[in-house]
Amino acid sequence: MNDALVRAGRALRLVLLIALAALFLIPFYLLVRNGLASEEEITAPGWTFFPGELRWSNLRELFADPNVPMAHALLNSTLIAVATTVGTLLLASLAGYGLARIPYRHANAVFYAILGTLMVPAAVTFVPTFVLVSSLGWVSTLRGLIIPTLFSAFACFVFRQYFLGFPRELEDAAQVDGLGYWRTYWRVVVPNSRPVFAAVGTIVFIGAWNAFLWPLVIGQDRDAWTVQVALSTFTTAQVVNIHELFIAAAVSIVPLLLVFLVLQRYIVAGVERSGIDD
Amino acid sequence: MAPGAATPASPRPARQRNRTLWFWIFVGPFAAGLILFTYVPLAWSVYLSFFDAHNTVSPTDFVGLDNYTAMLGDPSFRAALLTFAVFTAFIVPATYALSLGLALAVNRLRFAQAFFRSVFFLPTACSYVVAALVWKLSIFNGVRFGLANTVLGWFGADQIAWLSTTDPPWYWLVIVTVRLWLQAGFYMVLFLAGLQRVPPQLYEAAAVDGARPGWQTFRYITFPALRATSVAVVLLLVIGAFQAFDEFYNLLSDARGYPPYARPPLVYLYYTALGQGQNLGLGSAGAVILALIIAVVTVAQARWFGLGGKDEKAV
Repeated sequence: MNDALVRAGRALRLVLLIALAALFLIPFYLLVRNGLASEEEITAPGWTFFPGELRWSNLRELFADPNVPMAHALLNSTLIAVATTVGTLLLASLAGYGLARIPYRHANAVFYAILGTLMVPAAVTFVPTFVLVSSLGWVSTLRGLIIPTLFSAFACFVFRQYFLGFPRELEDAAQVDGLGYWRTYWRVVVPNSRPVFAAVGTIVFIGAWNAFLWPLVIGQDRDAWTVQVALSTFTTAQVVNIHELFIAAAVSIVPLLLVFLVLQRYIVAGVERSGIDD
Repeated sequence: MAPGAATPASPRPARQRNRTLWFWIFVGPFAAGLILFTYVPLAWSVYLSFFDAHNTVSPTDFVGLDNYTAMLGDPSFRAALLTFAVFTAFIVPATYALSLGLALAVNRLRFAQAFFRSVFFLPTACSYVVAALVWKLSIFNGVRFGLANTVLGWFGADQIAWLSTTDPPWYWLVIVTVRLWLQAGFYMVLFLAGLQRVPPQLYEAAAVDGARPGWQTFRYITFPALRATSVAVVLLLVIGAFQAFDEFYNLLSDARGYPPYARPPLVYLYYTALGQGQNLGLGSAGAVILALIIAVVTVAQARWFGLGGKDEKAV
């Protein structure tokens, strides 16, 4: 009797999970469905699950449309996301290692000064940072879009926590071999820390690709638009080519889905190790 | 989080100086960038907030606290703070409950666990801009078409102009669900990590004591064991809600501009500082006020939950 109840409970939970999973997937489906439908079909009264025909030509139309700088925006987003990821990994991992492993009297004070910036949400500083960046003459430049975002206290914190737990024996062996901090770091520590680099790198890449407020503020010229800003100017303008808008949005998430599917397990592991949940 | 990262320094001064040098070679570039792009802008912002600064970053007209009194006396700014408070009151409990529920359901699955986890985590890879687009133009579209109104039609209900009516405020449903969809998966992973660390002995002991699996076990074992995770999740959710910008901006503004209702503080500051007037002095005063409010709320919350004390674990 009790067993039957437990089994019924399990079945109920599974049904509920399947229903929720379907709900979670619907927005992705709508993105693709509308991206491959005709404009009339997206805006027709009433809604159908399948579009009448799949119009792959929407894709060609999008990239051929002279009013939409889609190819250029994709290029900008790619450059920004890659540069931000590489730069953040380099700067934050070095800082995290220094804080975790190089004895220095004021290391903790430095650490708390870095950690303190987490308290101020980055978005609150957008007015003053805009002021600074515009006085440097970096508005609408890739420099202005990339450099101010490179100093992620969160990434530094994750690396520090990770390196605190890194087995000392490996480094000790390197020191015995006469390697200094610099060479120990590059030859021993980095090669043995690939998962944490993959985890932080994925999170930073996703964040940089999806960033909106900063690119909106700094990317004032059309040439400096990222994919997100380009899409947004579509939605806030009088939308004419709604099918192009949807196929553009679908295209914009493809790079992330690829990164995501390949590296997902590292993200989960990275979150678990970061200490933010502990 | 143990502060004793550094081992006792060598007594030999030369070697110690060498270590100090290496410390700054590793940490220096990052620290310099953080000073330049976080601390300097904050200081500059405080400076600007005391000046009349239209379209300029090097103003000359000192106005004292005028920007602050103007900002605090501005009904729109107070309305923006209220919008934030209402938004937080909706989104924090909703995300907390959904992500915890998902984690509990997924955690004990015998099969397809990775599948469900991936499905719920997948929206994390989606941007607010893209999600807002789907919400605005496909699910919660106006009266003519859209998924939500089609489904309502099946049940014979009237169509709803989701985003263009303020009474009743249906736009809240649109704004809250988009964020819920985007962030629930991330917090589910945090809870899953927390659940994995609950010692199995606790459940065994509870079973011996006659606790029935289900609600009782959750109430007396699982929920208390997740306390540290819960505190971190709530803190992150509140700070995240303060940053609400993308979905408001993308869902509510259109070719006619941004409607006066439902402007959270960041959207308001964006239009004040970078809109037509480019009033950087006033915008900076608003940013300083907002930063102070966030600091107070965060510290109060940390105190309330007992963070910063001896058992500090979460950040």
